[in-house]
Amino acid sequence: MTDLISMTIAEARNGLANKSFTSLELTDAHLAAIEAARALNAFVLETPDKARAMARAIDAKIAKGEGGPLAGIPLGIKDLFATKDVRTTACSKILGNFVPPYESTVTSQLWRDGAVMLGKLNNDEFAMGSSNETSCFGPVVNPWRREGSNTSLVPGGSSGGSASAVAALLCMGATATDTGGSIRQPAAFTATVGVKPTYGRCSRWGIVAFASSLDQAGPIARTTRDAAILMRSMAGHDPKDTTSVDRAVPDYEAAIGKSVKGMKIGIPKEYRLDGMPAEVEKLWSEGAAWLKAAGAELVEISLPHTKYALPAYYIVAPAEASSNLARYDGVRYGLRVPGRSIGEMYENTRAEGFGDEVRRRVMIGTYVLSAGYYDAYYLRAQKVRTLIKKDFEDCFAKGVNAILTPATPSAAFGIGEKGGADPVEMYLNDIFTVTVNMAGLPGIAVPAGKDAQGLPLGLQLIGRPFDEETLFSLGEVVEQAAGRFTPARWW
Amino acid sequence: MTAASGKLIKGQTGDWEMVIGLEVHAQVTSNSKLFSGASTEFGGEPNTHVSLVDAAMPGMLPVINEECVRQAVRTGLGLNAKINLRSVFDRKNYFYPDSPQGYQISQYKSPIVGEGVVEVELDGGHSVAIGIERLHLEQDAGKLLHDQSPTMSYVDLNRCGVALMEIVSKPDIRDAEQAKAYVTKLRSILRYLGTCDGDMEKGSLRADVNVSVRKPGGPLGTRCEIKNMNSINFIGQAIEYEARRQIEIIEDGGAIDQETRLFDPNKGETRSMRSKEEAHDYRYFPDPDLLPLEFSEAYVAGLKADLPELPDQKKIRFIEGFGLSPYDAGVLVAERESADFYETVLAGLSDKPRDGKLAANWVINELFGRLNKEGRDITASPVSAVQLAAIVELIGEGTISGKIAKDLFEIVWQEGGDPRELVETRGMKQVTDLSAIEKVVDDIIAANPDKVAQAKAKPQLAGWFVGQVMKSSGGKANPQAVNDLLKAKLGI
Repeated sequence: MTDLISMTIAEARNGLANKSFTSLELTDAHLAAIEAARALNAFVLETPDKARAMARAIDAKIAKGEGGPLAGIPLGIKDLFATKDVRTTACSKILGNFVPPYESTVTSQLWRDGAVMLGKLNNDEFAMGSSNETSCFGPVVNPWRREGSNTSLVPGGSSGGSASAVAALLCMGATATDTGGSIRQPAAFTATVGVKPTYGRCSRWGIVAFASSLDQAGPIARTTRDAAILMRSMAGHDPKDTTSVDRAVPDYEAAIGKSVKGMKIGIPKEYRLDGMPAEVEKLWSEGAAWLKAAGAELVEISLPHTKYALPAYYIVAPAEASSNLARYDGVRYGLRVPGRSIGEMYENTRAEGFGDEVRRRVMIGTYVLSAGYYDAYYLRAQKVRTLIKKDFEDCFAKGVNAILTPATPSAAFGIGEKGGADPVEMYLNDIFTVTVNMAGLPGIAVPAGKDAQGLPLGLQLIGRPFDEETLFSLGEVVEQAAGRFTPARWW
Repeated sequence: MTAASGKLIKGQTGDWEMVIGLEVHAQVTSNSKLFSGASTEFGGEPNTHVSLVDAAMPGMLPVINEECVRQAVRTGLGLNAKINLRSVFDRKNYFYPDSPQGYQISQYKSPIVGEGVVEVELDGGHSVAIGIERLHLEQDAGKLLHDQSPTMSYVDLNRCGVALMEIVSKPDIRDAEQAKAYVTKLRSILRYLGTCDGDMEKGSLRADVNVSVRKPGGPLGTRCEIKNMNSINFIGQAIEYEARRQIEIIEDGGAIDQETRLFDPNKGETRSMRSKEEAHDYRYFPDPDLLPLEFSEAYVAGLKADLPELPDQKKIRFIEGFGLSPYDAGVLVAERESADFYETVLAGLSDKPRDGKLAANWVINELFGRLNKEGRDITASPVSAVQLAAIVELIGEGTISGKIAKDLFEIVWQEGGDPRELVETRGMKQVTDLSAIEKVVDDIIAANPDKVAQAKAKPQLAGWFVGQVMKSSGGKANPQAVNDLLKAKLGI
């Protein structure tokens, strides 16, 4: 028990069950790691007292043989999840010191299963961003650096705090959310495993909403197996979220190591972008070869509407966001900046409370829903969305079990390097991931290799609706072939 | 039923016709709100019926209240309307502190109920058909309190999220009388269905009134919308005022601005609230937190089978079953409570075809008359339906006369008690024993030979004898028996 923090959840689970160490010891080790890693700015709120109290309580249960599937496992929680009596801000100034009197369904299920909360993790403000630079708490730093360089890199976003903390061994796993790639892109940037479940698989109740028809909670972990373990606790029907689906939650872990022999893996030709780095291309081919070696059959497929996905996404998501964020008005909770009239108070509060990216998206969303523009933008984007969904359905109808793509068009970039002049440069990060949200499908990002500068790269597997199990089986094959990647500690 | 044509207004350039459409907001009768479990009870302390969803806390999600859906479908059926098996909730976006979400959840393009029709009776016996355009479900807003602080306004979210049905009529209404009759009828249907209590004072039923004027049969004029009317009389006054205002402007060479107006009941005027240019852009779009609302034909059929009898059906049954006049039947069915009262009276009668009409007369003339005089509501009547049924039964079977019945009614009203027992114990029974009546008749004839002569010459004068007999029997002699005997004895 010399190194309590580099274990996987599966390993820690055995250690706890064998009484090799206690949850309190495990928790303390992580709290110490968090304290030592403040340079990463991954946590926006550390909750050591709560963590120790939860660890003690679960230790007592473990002693009585009553621990749940996650008994004693210390986790980090993205600050988008409402945590009862613990400050929840979505990393926006507008929520100020908001302390919810309620717990999100997903986190309550983690606590039900015995997990321990270490604290709240940084993210892009209201999950709007691909670099974790829009957080009101400042950017998160990626534990990975280019070989021979001290340049601080972004961990991706919006779940940058979750990815960074998991990669840097600050927590054994983390909750995250994905609206256009916010789990898979940071996972790829940090050599962690990120799962965006099928829309409706996890309850959205108690998660600060960005774009309701796209948002889904999922785990970030260090291995495919750990991600599967976390998914089982996070998933499930919730009557408080009518978009959640009443469907039994399978034992995802059982899919780990299951043969993928005979599975048809689609390789979509439209994902072969002009100007895509050769190493991304190479990684993709390697991934395909690994799956083939494991007995899967590779088929070229066409997803013809892929090129419209990103523009359509940047209409649908801001439209929903502009409405979802209307509740932050300074009237009932969070920041209030007074004015001489109610209108002025709204303006002052929202101007002061929202950062640039959030304001940009609220304005885009308001514009595309306006009278006279609705049909040209929002309605057309929804039609594109239907076509994107149909592209996937057609492939799955032809027997394709899953689709393999790169997770991102490049490896992590430097803080401040992208999007300063042109926000679209930043939006392009999500080019491979947004289609999955638009179609409501499950996707997993698995570390698969490194670029020439030694930065991790990930592959994405896209599955049929509610077939996360196949993704775990395939992800495990990639993980076994590629090996695991851990950043050298510099912090 | 005739095609709607209404009262015309005389202007300087001739007659003008009004074109009126109403949007009625009816609060759905349900224990909890449209999308949250908070109570809908009226009159709680401010902000005591507010859930996390109503207060739009971060991450909260709406969940449809099935009871409200059921009530909306039942209302649609009561309005003879098309029920849409698939409808969609949309967000109507606007900023105001009475709307914590920053949007109202409503139904825009796909409402739960489509076109229907309401038959409206007018004074003078004829009726008009008013088309229903649609009915949709939406959330009510909270209430701002401006009198709690010198510098701030407070907000009470108790009403926030309560389910409303917005019932939109077609522009089929042609004058104030029709508008009032339409709202009255709509309210009656809602109350029969139990889908809205119709309490306008508490704001359970409010109407926005769209008014325009045109030359009879000419092209439609520009309309103005008078918002938030909560009294049927005010609706009538507002329409009259608004139509005249518009006519005056047009006849003076002006044009009507499409705008939203408010009615000031103190001055009897409408005044501008906001112009078309100031109208909000609500940026409607389907609410992504809610799935489309879908239900089966069987669900609708089940609700239809369980609908209560509605006023129109009840009226026909009263006319056909008991020979009531259309007017009397209309009076009885107008309010669910009075119809229920009459039904209970009927239930207490042993021979309904014989006494049904008599019972209606007693309910309308004696009971309603007396209740009106004392300013009482039917639900607070000192004479119960069961007691009234007993009184009518006593008349119908010939135990008491109509005159005695009025005395009996008065006793029951004042003191209560079982009418049949009262008749026994107070000796109010009608005398039908012919020999007893005959003796009285003989005595009176013997004592008044001059009157007998007169009556023989002029049979109408026999009435005097009837009066004498009744008087000396204390009103208890059976009038029919007295008449028959007198005719025989006097030979007329």
